[in-house]
Amino acid sequence: MVFYPKETTLIVALSMGPSMKPVLTIRNVRKSFGPVEVLRGVDLDLVPGEVLALVGDNGAGKTTLIKHISGVYRADSGEIQLDGKSMDLLSPRQVRERGVETVYQDLALADDLTVGANIFLGREPMRRLFGVLPYIDERAIRNETASLLDRIKSHIPAKSKTVARLSGGQRQAVAIARAIYWKAKVVIMDEPTAALAVMERENVIKYARELAASGAGVIYIGHNLVEILEVADRIAVMFRGTIVHLTTAGETTQEKLIKYMTGYTDKEIAA
Amino acid sequence: MNNDNLGALFQRLPVETYVVTFTVILWIMLSATAPNFMTVDNISNMMRQVSISGIIAIGVLCTIIIAGIDLSVGSVAAFCGVIVAQLLSHGYGIPISVGLTLLAGVLVGSINAAGVGKLGIPAFVVTLAGLQVYRGFALLVSGGMTVGGLPPQIKDFSRGTLLGIPNLFTTMLVVAIIVHYLLSYTRTGRYLYAIGSNSEAARRQGIPVFRMTLIAYVLSSGLATLAGILLVSRLSIASPSMANAYELQAIAAAVVGGASLFGGRGTVLGAVAGAILFTTMGNGAVLLNIDPFWEMVLEGLLIALVVYLDNLQKKRQSGL
Repeated sequence: MVFYPKETTLIVALSMGPSMKPVLTIRNVRKSFGPVEVLRGVDLDLVPGEVLALVGDNGAGKTTLIKHISGVYRADSGEIQLDGKSMDLLSPRQVRERGVETVYQDLALADDLTVGANIFLGREPMRRLFGVLPYIDERAIRNETASLLDRIKSHIPAKSKTVARLSGGQRQAVAIARAIYWKAKVVIMDEPTAALAVMERENVIKYARELAASGAGVIYIGHNLVEILEVADRIAVMFRGTIVHLTTAGETTQEKLIKYMTGYTDKEIAA
Repeated sequence: MNNDNLGALFQRLPVETYVVTFTVILWIMLSATAPNFMTVDNISNMMRQVSISGIIAIGVLCTIIIAGIDLSVGSVAAFCGVIVAQLLSHGYGIPISVGLTLLAGVLVGSINAAGVGKLGIPAFVVTLAGLQVYRGFALLVSGGMTVGGLPPQIKDFSRGTLLGIPNLFTTMLVVAIIVHYLLSYTRTGRYLYAIGSNSEAARRQGIPVFRMTLIAYVLSSGLATLAGILLVSRLSIASPSMANAYELQAIAAAVVGGASLFGGRGTVLGAVAGAILFTTMGNGAVLLNIDPFWEMVLEGLLIALVVYLDNLQKKRQSGL
C-alpha cells in the first residue's frame, strides 16, 4: 500500500482547480449564547482530500464551530452545506449518516469488543447458515480489518483480542480505520494527539494524511503548531469568533500563526 | 516463565476455564469422599436441580452483559409459578396456562426495561423493587397458601427423560444453545456487549440502546418465568415462597462463569458452568453431611472473591 505524502494530495486537489467542489461549505455562521456572540460570521470551505487545520486560542470558537458542523448546535444565522445540501435541520445522528464523522478525544470505542467488531459496530456484514439462520460474518470482518490496519500501517498486534489493551495511538488508528472504511466525506479530528506519547503523534499525523488520501476532507484541531504545520494542507486561524487568517501550510510560519492567534492584524504583521 | 508471560497466558485462556476446572476438581474430590456422589440417581437429580437455576442464570447474564442487573428473577419465578398453578388448577389447559404465564413474564421484563431505559432509574433499584413487588403478588395471588391440584402431565414432564437425559436438563440445553447463538452470532448479541462495554459509543454508532435494553430484561424475566413453570412441574405444587434468593445464585453463577458486573463480558457456557458449580457444592454438602448453613457461607465468600478478582482485572485494564 502506498503512503501518500501530503504534497501529493495537495497537488491533486489544487490541480483539479475550480472543478474541485468543496465537500463542506460554511457561510456566515453566527451563534450567540445569551449576550455572548461566540461565532461572529464564519466562512470556510473544505475540499475533499485536504487536511484543514483549525487553530486558535482557547475561547476563539473552534469547538463551537465544530459542534455546528456535527449537528450538536444550530446556528442563529448563516448556513452549513454538505455536498451542496443544507445541514441546518439535521440531528447529530443524521449528520453522521450523511458522512460526517468525528474522532473524539475519548474515542468512542467499546473496550470489550475486538478491533474488527468496533470498526464494523452497527454495520456488521451478515451471512446465512443454510440460507436461513443469520450470523455475523466474522471472517469478512477479520479480513477487512487486517487489510485496513495494514493500509494505515498501524502496528496493532494481530493477536490482540479486545481494544481494552491498546494504546491511545492505536485506538486512534481503529477510529480512523472506521472512518476510512465507511468512506466518511468529512472527518473532524478534535485534538487527536492531546493525550499521546511523542512517538504516537507521528502515527496520528500519518493516519490523518491517509484519511485525506482516501478522499475525505479532514478538519484537524490542534494546539501544537509544529504538528499543525506538518499535518495540514491549509490552516485557518480563529480569533474571537471569526476566521482571521487562511493560508496554505507552506506559506506560513509558527511566528506568523501565533501573531494571528493573538489578535495582530494583517497590517501589523506585514510591518 | 516470568510474570508477564504467565499473565498473558491467563489472558488468552477462555474466561470459563477457572469455573470448569474448579468444578471438575470438586467432582473428583466428591467421587473419592462421598460414595453416593457418582451414582445414576444422584447425577440425574443434580441435572434436574441445575436446570432451573441454570435457566435463570442465563437470563440474568443478559442483563449483566449490558452492565445492568436483575434482582427480581427469584420473585418473578415464584409469582409466575403461582400464576401457572392457579390457571391449571382452575382447569385451563396447559398451552393456555403456560402461554399466558410466559406473557406475564414478558410484561414484567418490559416494565423493568422501561424503568431502566426510559426513566433512567438504576437497574439495581428497579429490580430490587421488583424483588419485593412480585413476591408480594405471589403471596396475594395464592392467598399465602400453596397451590395444588395440578394435572398429572405437569408432574410427568419433569420426571420424564429423553434418551436417558432428564427433560428439564434438555430444556436448559435448548435455552442455552438459543441464547448462546443470540449472544455470539447475531447483531443483537454484539450490540448487548457493545452497550455494556461503552453505551455512549454504542449510541454514537446508531445502535438502538433502548430496544436492546428491552431484549435483555425481557429475556431475563421470560427465562425466570420459564424456570418458575418448570419448578412447579418439579414440585407438583406452587408455593409463594419458592425460588427464594435464586437471584443471588443466578448472579453468582454468571459472575463465577466470567461475566463482569461492569458489563461487556460474560458467556452462556460460563453461566451454566457456574450454576453446575453451585449445584455441585450444595449436593456435596448434603452427601458429606455438612451443615447447610456452611454452604451458604462458602457460596457467599466465593461470590465476594470472584467479584474482587473482576474488580482487580478492570482496574488493571484501565491502567490504575
